[in-house]
Amino acid sequence: MSAPNKSYDPVEVEALKPEEIERLRDEALAAFAAATDLDALHEAKVAHMGDRSPLALANREIGALPPAAKAEAGKRVGAARGAVNKAFAARKVELEAERDARVLVEEAVDVTLPYDRAPRGGRHPLTTFAERLMDVFTAMGYSVAEGPEVEAEWLNFDALNMGPDHPARSTQDTFFLKDADSVVLRTHTSGVQIRSLLAASEPPVYVICPGRVFRSDELDATHTPVFNQVELLAVDEGLTMADLKGTLDHMVESLFGEGISTRLRPNYFPFTEPSAEMDMVCFVCRGESVGNPDRPCRTCSSEGWIELGGCGMVNPRVLVACGIDPNKYSGFAFGFGIERMLMFRHNVEDMRDIVEGDVRFTLPFGMEI
Amino acid sequence: MRVPLSWLREYVDLPAGETGRDIQAKLIRAGLEVEGVEALGADLKGPLVVGQVLAIEELTEFKKPIRYCQVDVGDANGTGEPQNIVCGARNFAVGDKVVVVLPGAVLPGPFPIAARQTYGKTSEGMICSARELGMGDDHDGIIVLPPEYEPGTDAIELLELVDEVLDIAVTADRGYCLSLRGVARETAIAYGLPLRDPALIDVPPANSYGPAVKVEDQAGCDRFVARSVVGVDPAAKSPIWMQRRIQKAGMRPISLAVDITNYVMLEMGQPLHAYDRHRIDGAITVRRAAQGEKLRTLDGVERTLDAEDLLICDDSGPIGIAGVMGGAGTEIADAVVDPETGEVTGTTEIVIEAAHFAPVSIARTARRHKLPSEAAKRFERGVDPEAAKAAAQRAVDLLVLVAGGTAEAGVTDIVAPHPVHAISIAADLPDRVAGQEYGRETVVRRLQEVGCTVVGTDVLVVTPPTWRPDLTDPNDLCEEVIRLEGYENLPSTLPNVPAGRGLTEAQRLRRRIGIALASAGHVEVQNYPFIGEAVLDALGIEAGDPRRDTVKIANPISHEEPSLRTTLLPGLLGALHRNVGRGMMDVALFELGRVFRVDGTAETLYHAPRLPVDRRPTEDEIAQLDAALPRQPYRVGAVFAGNREPQGWWGKPQAWTWADAVEAARTVADAARVSLTVRQDQHTPWHPGRCAALYVGEQLVGHAGELHPRAVKALNLPERTCAMELDLDLLTAGGAVRAEAPKISTFPVATQDVALVVDDAVKAADVEAALRAGAGPLLESLRLFDVYRGESIGAGRKSLAYALRFRAADRTLTADEASAARESAVAEAATRVGATLRG
Ligand SMILES: [Zn+2]
Repeated sequence: MSAPNKSYDPVEVEALKPEEIERLRDEALAAFAAATDLDALHEAKVAHMGDRSPLALANREIGALPPAAKAEAGKRVGAARGAVNKAFAARKVELEAERDARVLVEEAVDVTLPYDRAPRGGRHPLTTFAERLMDVFTAMGYSVAEGPEVEAEWLNFDALNMGPDHPARSTQDTFFLKDADSVVLRTHTSGVQIRSLLAASEPPVYVICPGRVFRSDELDATHTPVFNQVELLAVDEGLTMADLKGTLDHMVESLFGEGISTRLRPNYFPFTEPSAEMDMVCFVCRGESVGNPDRPCRTCSSEGWIELGGCGMVNPRVLVACGIDPNKYSGFAFGFGIERMLMFRHNVEDMRDIVEGDVRFTLPFGMEI
Repeated sequence: MRVPLSWLREYVDLPAGETGRDIQAKLIRAGLEVEGVEALGADLKGPLVVGQVLAIEELTEFKKPIRYCQVDVGDANGTGEPQNIVCGARNFAVGDKVVVVLPGAVLPGPFPIAARQTYGKTSEGMICSARELGMGDDHDGIIVLPPEYEPGTDAIELLELVDEVLDIAVTADRGYCLSLRGVARETAIAYGLPLRDPALIDVPPANSYGPAVKVEDQAGCDRFVARSVVGVDPAAKSPIWMQRRIQKAGMRPISLAVDITNYVMLEMGQPLHAYDRHRIDGAITVRRAAQGEKLRTLDGVERTLDAEDLLICDDSGPIGIAGVMGGAGTEIADAVVDPETGEVTGTTEIVIEAAHFAPVSIARTARRHKLPSEAAKRFERGVDPEAAKAAAQRAVDLLVLVAGGTAEAGVTDIVAPHPVHAISIAADLPDRVAGQEYGRETVVRRLQEVGCTVVGTDVLVVTPPTWRPDLTDPNDLCEEVIRLEGYENLPSTLPNVPAGRGLTEAQRLRRRIGIALASAGHVEVQNYPFIGEAVLDALGIEAGDPRRDTVKIANPISHEEPSLRTTLLPGLLGALHRNVGRGMMDVALFELGRVFRVDGTAETLYHAPRLPVDRRPTEDEIAQLDAALPRQPYRVGAVFAGNREPQGWWGKPQAWTWADAVEAARTVADAARVSLTVRQDQHTPWHPGRCAALYVGEQLVGHAGELHPRAVKALNLPERTCAMELDLDLLTAGGAVRAEAPKISTFPVATQDVALVVDDAVKAADVEAALRAGAGPLLESLRLFDVYRGESIGAGRKSLAYALRFRAADRTLTADEASAARESAVAEAATRVGATLRG
């Protein structure tokens, strides 16, 4: 920078003449306006705003002016540079917007392209249905009890008041092990109930027992030799059939919706007395298909009720076999097949679809049911 | 049990308008499983009348012989003229009475009848068979009626063609409902109406001159009533009403004597047997069989008897299996008509047996000989021993009434004394069981209605009726009260369940695993646990392998698959094969389930004690029960075939590989919060070069990788099928693992890459372990991002490129610190696995 020169008049300096400053400013503005893309704008910026641009050079001359002249020259050059900066910024915003509009259009894709790249998985509805049931009962305070699938006959039959001559203990119904004494593939999960009673030093016992069970049926559209059951057992002081009924009502409401209730019909099972067959109101037609041929219901065959399974008050003989005082304690129990419930809840038409493991069957059920 | 309403109404005066559906609803509420109501003749419309065949013209010019008949139908056709009818059946003659349907009528089907041209004649109606009338389909010929009915008589009424029949599935405890008497009793109670008990008939007292009977086994037979009828007309036929009732009840009319015993059995529930007296040799004797003794039963089968079988014998040997089936030798003879004289010969003297046999004995014999007869069905469920005399009397009366016989005065009645079984029950027990207040008065009334005698106030002493052997315990009585008061009237309450603890860790883990694997693109299956030798052979599992030591089923569904699985792979691969066969080529399946393993040869295995049920088993006894069972650990398995990623607009397909199998195992381990160590292994049925052994610590927990090509071929699976199997019990043997929160450092990360050249045989896991050990605590993470083989590094060598991330908890690392840690890591790799930095 040169030292101030008292006799120096800015108007006399070529570069600082007002008309020259105006020209430089207008040239810059014109260059910016003429730039049609950001690259051209950048070039114009270097030319008109860079360190070696005429305005920058003019600015440098100011330092050499006498103090009296500096203010005026500085003001003049500053105004011009301000205008140039402003014009540049405005043009940049314009060009960026133009570029963005163009590039984003160019980058557009067909978002309707299919994307089945990641493999799809799913859990078996028998699993998730059992879990759903478990959740209903654990929420009520029950525990989930499990036990072996190959079971001692005493636990599967005798303790349940099914004596040696009970018809279920024939090869027609039960799988027996070869060269074995009193060991079978469990025919129900009731053995787990007995184990729960034996494990508890004293009631209360509130358990739900899901699991695989076995009956020597051939596989067809409605039967399978291997199926899943859920059984419930409650043993406590003062339990009643009304409690059983309430528990069933709660279960079907949880699974099938508000207002669905159950009914009990007398039946016979060795392990319960009194015993009952349990039905629930058809959750599809809610009974409106009964005697109404215009509105037939496939789910309940227009009966209005769907059969669920067996239940009753635990036979005191079962309590005795587990060392529980039947004069002090009573209990209730029920059991049903998950396959059957799955079939009517989800319109499964053929049992074989449930057991064959075809992925097309399982996938729609997802992670929870 | 099939119950015709017309018959039921004989014992209960039901309201006239009451339909089958009404009665069904009432009985269901009372606990009878009425499965349906069959409406007989619902679409039947007359005129259907008795006709007499006046003339038969045989038409012979057709493929089969045809008859053109003139039939007198009285005034039923409005003219009184004979009706001309073409008929294809031949089992009738001129003068026979037949059933004629006239034009304008509708037969069941519905099948409207009109006059029509056939075989060159006009047929004005039809001569009917039993099948055409919906009476049953066991007779092909037309019905020939007894001669006493006048032509023109309405046959709809005569043959009781319009009726409703209840179909009742009788449960094991309600044997008495295998009779009209029992169902009528329940109906009467349900309607609050009086019952006309068919067993309440006059019966002469026992005396010493009835048929000779010796009961040698009173435990098996505690009641034996025998009566005799002489002068029976062998030509006599069962009356139409009796035949019709038997038909409607689902049995077949056979012959008069048999029909009468069946009729009385249906009516009273007491099975009867009729013997031809001339064919009995000496006294009737009830005894157990000698082992190996033989008897030809009524069905013509020669049966070898068991020492437990209870027999009816005479001096010649066995003449029947007690309560199950009679022998052929003493059967009532078929009537034989002498073709010349027309004289009918056959059985004229009949001995009626009405006995009571021990239910368990009958059940075992019926099962042993696979003879689930109507009689056995009733004895098994319990027959009223006090009905024997009335039933025998009823049969005698019918033989006299419809067969022209004469009852002999002798009455044999052998009774074994049996104690009266009374039940003491608190009067409020039904209330406490139901959770509803009935009150003592209701309880007593209901018990009396079912036939009990009741005494006492607070404690009731209840003697059940003889037809209810199922009522043995206080709760049985509660059920009677509660069902008659209506299960539908029970309140709905909830017990106060103590606070629960939710699912166990193991249960939650199985859920997490299922969700994790399904989220990773695997589909869950639940396979049958049955396997056979063939699949173990195909997998290449050798003799002596513990997976060959299977639990075997005595009565398997298929003899090809008589064993329980020792591994999940057979079922999974079967399901995989099925999916591929159905066109799903890209499949990943998983299963969570038990396998069955036999460890060693403990003598206790498979031999569970038979324990009493009148007390709790001891801890020792419970241990014995458990010792009889094979080990049944939970496993998780997965199989893969085809592509994990299909070809698409994004690029080339990616196949499922051995690495995905190992990854699935890691997914499971992550869900269990244990860290899995992978080691190279060789284990059947995996590919010997592509098999990973999976460890938790030093515990082997499973395998993963690609399957052996031989196994893949033998099982007809897609090439390069992969599989994984893990033992969940072993995986979680260390107990529940609580996740530890990491310390999160917010200082900047220093990243250093390193490429190491090692011998091809060196395992990536060993290189990684060396790097981790050498890098020290500053190492935050390490990731292998490239494996390279090529000329530049020499044959038999590979380059592994790692990205190392360093970070300190308390400061920003300097470049020197990061480099030092990296160099230390490389040095350790050099020491352990001979790694050199790639230049
Ligand atoms: Zn419905």
